[in-house]
Amino acid sequence: MRAELFAYLRTFFAEQSVLEVDPPCLAATTVTDLNIESIKAQMGGASGYLQTSPEFFMKRLLASGLGDIYYLGKAFRDAEQGSRHNPEFTLLEWYRVDYDEYQLMAEVESLVCGAFSRLRNSTPRVARTSYGDCFEKSLQLDPHTASLEVLQATAVNQGYKDWANETRANCLDLLFSEIIEPSLPKGLVFIYDYPACQAALAQTYQDEKGRLVSRRFEAFLDAVELANGYFELRDAQQQNQRFNEDNRLRARAKKPVMATDKHLDRAMQVGLPSCSGVALGVDRLLMQLCGVSSINEVLAFPWERC
Amino acid sequence: MGNYSTNEFRSGLKVMLDGDPCSILDNEFVKPGKGQAFNRVKLRNLKTGRVLEKTFKSGESIEGADVLDMDMQYLYNDGDFWYFMEPDTFEQHQATETAVGDTQLWLKEQDTCMVTLYNGSPLSVTPPIHVELEIVETDPGLRGDTAQGGSKPAQLVTGATVKVPLFLDQGDVIKVDTRTGEYQGRAKD
Repeated sequence: MRAELFAYLRTFFAEQSVLEVDPPCLAATTVTDLNIESIKAQMGGASGYLQTSPEFFMKRLLASGLGDIYYLGKAFRDAEQGSRHNPEFTLLEWYRVDYDEYQLMAEVESLVCGAFSRLRNSTPRVARTSYGDCFEKSLQLDPHTASLEVLQATAVNQGYKDWANETRANCLDLLFSEIIEPSLPKGLVFIYDYPACQAALAQTYQDEKGRLVSRRFEAFLDAVELANGYFELRDAQQQNQRFNEDNRLRARAKKPVMATDKHLDRAMQVGLPSCSGVALGVDRLLMQLCGVSSINEVLAFPWERC
Repeated sequence: MGNYSTNEFRSGLKVMLDGDPCSILDNEFVKPGKGQAFNRVKLRNLKTGRVLEKTFKSGESIEGADVLDMDMQYLYNDGDFWYFMEPDTFEQHQATETAVGDTQLWLKEQDTCMVTLYNGSPLSVTPPIHVELEIVETDPGLRGDTAQGGSKPAQLVTGATVKVPLFLDQGDVIKVDTRTGEYQGRAKD
């Protein structure tokens, strides 16, 4: 099934004239994300990191003018292990020049539905909804404008009494993971307009209600997170501000502060073309195609047996 | 007792939660790709036996509970307490009625039980899976009925009542599964 899926994915992109690229898994620097830890590697006297995604290398390629590109290969995240996580996993990441996030969502839909019709002879139901609407429906609150106190009180009222002093992003993650995600309908669900505090490297904008939201989306398949995409931030200065903010939060959480990628910064100064990019967990897609609930069932060698 | 971080959570680990000792039954790692990781943990409160769920932020730690499971020999009951002895040191422990609970229905002197100690005192007692106990009271069975596989209640020496086949009489010793309270067979002498 894995081999068939890989063959299908490569054919899908070949037909769309999206070029396969093979960036390094090992690099001198890594991401600054507060909640993503990289695995450290030693080479002689130097140290580096196994990459948590090929994003920075792919953005350097985009800035050099390569056009539409995809990566199908391994990524690594430290201390992520469970029924849906393995520290080494297979990621499909691709970028489309001149696409916005809605065009990219449509492409994710055709890729996922195509995989199901090819390998399972069925297609999932598809739905789209905004992050704000999910919260309105499940918790009757606006996640973009609600005060921190309201979010904390909501977490406490839902039975998470230790969440009274958590950050905005953590309260939102808790409520989303514990209340909203399990209630998502079956099939493929796209959620867009994530909160500005969870923009990562997506552009932000003022929506029709005047709220600052990020042009970030996620795809869920049968209530399991499958893909995360952005209409990509292109402003090098803003990107540096976000990295610095990540590091400020890391320091406050007593996590190591990460050096930023100078090569990426230079590429951003040259200019990233207007594009959207998305990363999709291939093992998660395989789990759904095989109808299994543990990632270990689609890995020949899960970490426990490596 | 040391502290345990969420990445050390394993089923069977004994921890303190809201002042009560608990045993971890299940630990699920939950993480949105870009977001905060959680551990959704199922625990059994060892005092009340109740199962509860709690979501921790990954990396949080909680205090371990001074809980120890130990095989001990049941000695006797003096009306207030049940006495157990450590086989190696002969040290005796007295367990309260709350700790012994329904297990008292299966306790036969000199049998080996698992006693869960919390801060050194018995918190709960688990009987052996199979015990052999004497019938002290049952209606006389009609031997002809055995083909029907009928059963009748029988009271055992410990006070427990189990359903037994009709051919058994007072004074017979039977084997009982303490998990289900079901008759397993006659004890072999």
